[in-house]
Parts: sequence; structure tokens; C-alpha cells
Amino acid sequence: MEVVSYRSVETFVQHIPEVTALGVWIKAIIILAVISAIAGFGTYVERKVLAFMQRRLGPMHVGPYGLLQIIADGIKLFTKEDIVPQNANKFIFMVAPVITAATAFIALAAVPVFPDFTIPEWIPVIGGTFVPSIAADLNIGILFVLGMMAAGLYGPLLAGMAQANKWGLIGAARTAVQFLSYEVVTGLSILAPIMIVGSLSFVDFNAAQAGGIANWLVWKQPVAFVLFLIAGFAETNRTPFDLLEHEAEVVSGYATEYSGMRWGMFFIGEYANMITISVIAAVVFLGGYSADGMGWLWIMLKIAFFFMLMLWVRAAWPHVRPDQLMWLCWKVLMPIAVINVVITGIVMMV
Amino acid sequence: MGLEQFKNRNVGQQEYVMLDLEHTPQSPIGKFKQVVKRTFKPELFVGLGVTMREMINALFRGQMHTIKYPFEKLPISPRYRAIHEMLRLLESGHYRCIGCGLCEKICISNCITMDTRYDENQRKEVSEYTINFGRCIFCGYCAEVCPELAIVHGQRYETASEQRASFSLFEDMLTPIDKLNLQQEYDGFGAVTPNADENIKKTPLAY
Repeated sequence: MEVVSYRSVETFVQHIPEVTALGVWIKAIIILAVISAIAGFGTYVERKVLAFMQRRLGPMHVGPYGLLQIIADGIKLFTKEDIVPQNANKFIFMVAPVITAATAFIALAAVPVFPDFTIPEWIPVIGGTFVPSIAADLNIGILFVLGMMAAGLYGPLLAGMAQANKWGLIGAARTAVQFLSYEVVTGLSILAPIMIVGSLSFVDFNAAQAGGIANWLVWKQPVAFVLFLIAGFAETNRTPFDLLEHEAEVVSGYATEYSGMRWGMFFIGEYANMITISVIAAVVFLGGYSADGMGWLWIMLKIAFFFMLMLWVRAAWPHVRPDQLMWLCWKVLMPIAVINVVITGIVMMV
Repeated sequence: MGLEQFKNRNVGQQEYVMLDLEHTPQSPIGKFKQVVKRTFKPELFVGLGVTMREMINALFRGQMHTIKYPFEKLPISPRYRAIHEMLRLLESGHYRCIGCGLCEKICISNCITMDTRYDENQRKEVSEYTINFGRCIFCGYCAEVCPELAIVHGQRYETASEQRASFSLFEDMLTPIDKLNLQQEYDGFGAVTPNADENIKKTPLAY
């Protein structure tokens, strides 16, 4: 209800139909279902792409080209025993994966995921309902998403500290260090585009870049784009910076003691975060979506590009050490981000 | 020809290049320069390019490494010594074994047991022939000594079984009579592989 009443005072999109609570509910269910499915499909794509880059075939035997591997994995995860270690703090241990998955999906609430549409009239009960492209079109969208992704840090942190396992503890410490550090870079790097657009709403970002590739913010803010990508890799725990669960060093980091669907929730959360970062990068820097014509396809391609880039980088690049990670964050990326903000401010004032 | 040239193991072209490995910079400005240099070197993107090239090679140029093993198999050398096969005469379909017993005699792990008798034509007939594959070391002496090329080593290397006796009866090793036309002639013990010429160029026998 909050969301709906809030929406009615929005000024920047007057022409679209009124958003009802039912529409938001439907949108939330769609986001949950589709993003979970895409996260599952993402694991398949990741395994396939990594395999191809190493000249392997990847999963091939479950279904055509291994497509049903996702279902096999899902059955495995759901039916596996859910082990809670003896000395673990049981409540926190059990609730931690939910935090990761939940924050990842809550972040997606403020992100434009699919185009808006109206459900046809002939469908009973929900017919005629307008389903918005953003479940909760907050005017502080970016801040909300970044905040939620930062809150997602509690998932791995609590999981690692609650499981009475040294690898988990190291993983948790690395989580805190890495996520908190790179949160600074993400925020500072995205500050410059926010200054240029003058809004925190994704819709405004979209509108500001309408009208062709030349208007994309990546041309005005290339440094911020690169910084945001690097920090995004760190925040989604992707390969050059996946120290949290680097198996050669800390077994599986914060997820060491997890099994079954609780481990699966960490996984879904990670993939949902990958999608979120891809969407933010696509909307903030690469022009976002246009409502007409093939706009939906373009935004899908942009998101797919960033997703693919994460897999590609994982296939090509080695890990960094934790000290290198901190060095990169505090001595290189953060100063550059600050300088970028300052220069952007000076250019805007002049 | 003296021995000296054989003792020289440096048979390559001696085209080694000494890499110019820089020393770790000590001064702050040197470190800064190194960081900047490494940042703007295209090395990371070269790495991305390599993986993308391999992916294209694998997907579109048929350089996929994977062999889907139970369904696909790599060709093996004709000299490979797997489970024995008993061959038949192509003309009559009768088994080639003449019951001479040489394989039984030469078998160094004493795993071949054979029994023979005279049939009604006063020709020797194999009444019992088993190889104990729990003992066989696949040395290949039996195939080498056989005067009739009757016992040879086949290509069937998948020998996991619930019982030792699975492969070891004469009838199991004998070419099925309906598959006589598919019987592969054995080139004899010590036969070279079909691609021996290529291989010998890679590793020449003499310098």
C-alpha cells in the first residue's frame, strides 16, 4: 500500500495507467519466478560458457544439450539433507541464506526488469490489471538498490560466523572486508552519473539517455563505468575478486558447512545479484530500455552482455590476493572515484 | 662418427631469448609508474581474447577436446594388448587353433589352460580352453608364439566384470560365426601403427 500511494504522487510518468496493489503483487511474483528461473538458467549458461572457453562440452547428458541439468540440480538441492552443524548457532545459521536471497530479490524490486504490460481483459480476476516495469518505482531507486545489495553482506557474514568452522569464519571476515570496501567504490563511482542526471530514479536515468547511443552516459563517464564494473564484480563475488569462497584457500568460505537448499539460496542470491548489477550497469551507463519497438530486446542484450562478461572474465583471469584486493580498492579505485566526482563537479559548474 | 655428437643433448635450434624481467621498483614513483604501465597494458584483454578465441575454435572450428567416452572412443594402436580373441579361418569358419599348446607352454603367468583330443578325423580338437584373466598380465607372448595367428590380442579394453570368468571361455573369445566377415586380421605381434611414419618423424630414432 505504501508503494501505491507513493506512486500516485510521482510526477515524471503521467501517461501510464494507475498502478494497483494487485499489479505490484503480480510483478513481485513475476520477478521472483523469472529471476529464480534465470538464476538457475544462469548456472547452466555459466557451466556451458566456461566449458566452451576451455574447449569442453559442459553438461550434455540431461536433456538436449544438457538443458535439463538445471532441473536435475534443483532436484538434488531440494532433496539433499539439510545439515546444521552441532556447534553452530542454529537460528542464525538457518536464517543467513534467507538474508542473501531475500536482499537480492528486494534489490530487484526497485530495478526495471521487464517492460510494463496490461493483463488482457478476458483473463478472470486479474484481467485488466496494469503490471508496472518496476515493482516499487522509488525516486531513490539507485540508493535503495545499492543499500539492499550492501545489506546482503549480512548473509555471508552471519553464515560464516554462525557455522563454527574456521573456513567459514575466514570467509565471513573476507566478506565484511570486501563488501564494505567495494561498497565505497560503487557508491562513489555511481555518484558522478547521479550528479549529471540529477536524480536517483532509474526512470530518470533512462529518460536522460534516450535518443541513441551518443547519449549514453558511458561516453560522458567512462571512468565511472569501469570503476562501477570492477566494484560490481567484487560485490557480486565474481572471479577476479571471489575471495569469499575461493576453494583453493578457504574450501568454500562462508558456504563451507551449508548443504541442500540453504546452499542453493546463496547461489540464487549470487546470481540474482549478478543480474541486478548487470541491469544497473545497463540502465545507468548503457542507455537502458526504450518503451517502443525493439527496446525490450536491446535491454535484454545489454544485460546479457554484462552477464556474459562476468563468465568470460571468470574463464580468463586469475584471482587476486586479499591484500591486492584491498590495495586496489583503497589506493587505486577509491581515489580515482573521488577525483572523478570532483572533476565531474567542476565540469558541471563551469 | 664419434660419440661426442651423441652426448650433446642440446639438439634444439638454440633460439632461446632471455626475458628482460624488470626489478621490483623501490621508490614510490617507480611503483606508481609500474602500476600505470600495467594498468594500461592490454594484457588483461589479451587474456580475454585468448579465451574467446578458444571458444570460437571449439564451437565453430571443430577443436572441441571432449570425447563422450562411453559413446565415442579414441582409436587405439593395433599393437594394443587387450582381451584375447580367438580367430577363425575365413574359408571354412572353423577356429584356427590347432591345439599345439605353445601358448599354454609359453604363458609366463600360467594362466592359460587347454585340453585337446582327437576328433573323428584324427584332427586335434580343443575340448577346453580358458584364460584366467585374474592372472593374465597381457604380455602378449601367447599371441607372439601362436603359429596360426589363432590367438591374438583384441581391442576390447573395457574389462570390468562381475566375474573373472566373464571373458575367459574359448567360446567368448572366439569370433562369432555370424560376424566372420567382420573379423579383423591381425598384423602379427609387433605390427606398426598405421600412422607410424608420422610418429617416427616426430621422434627420430637417430640424430
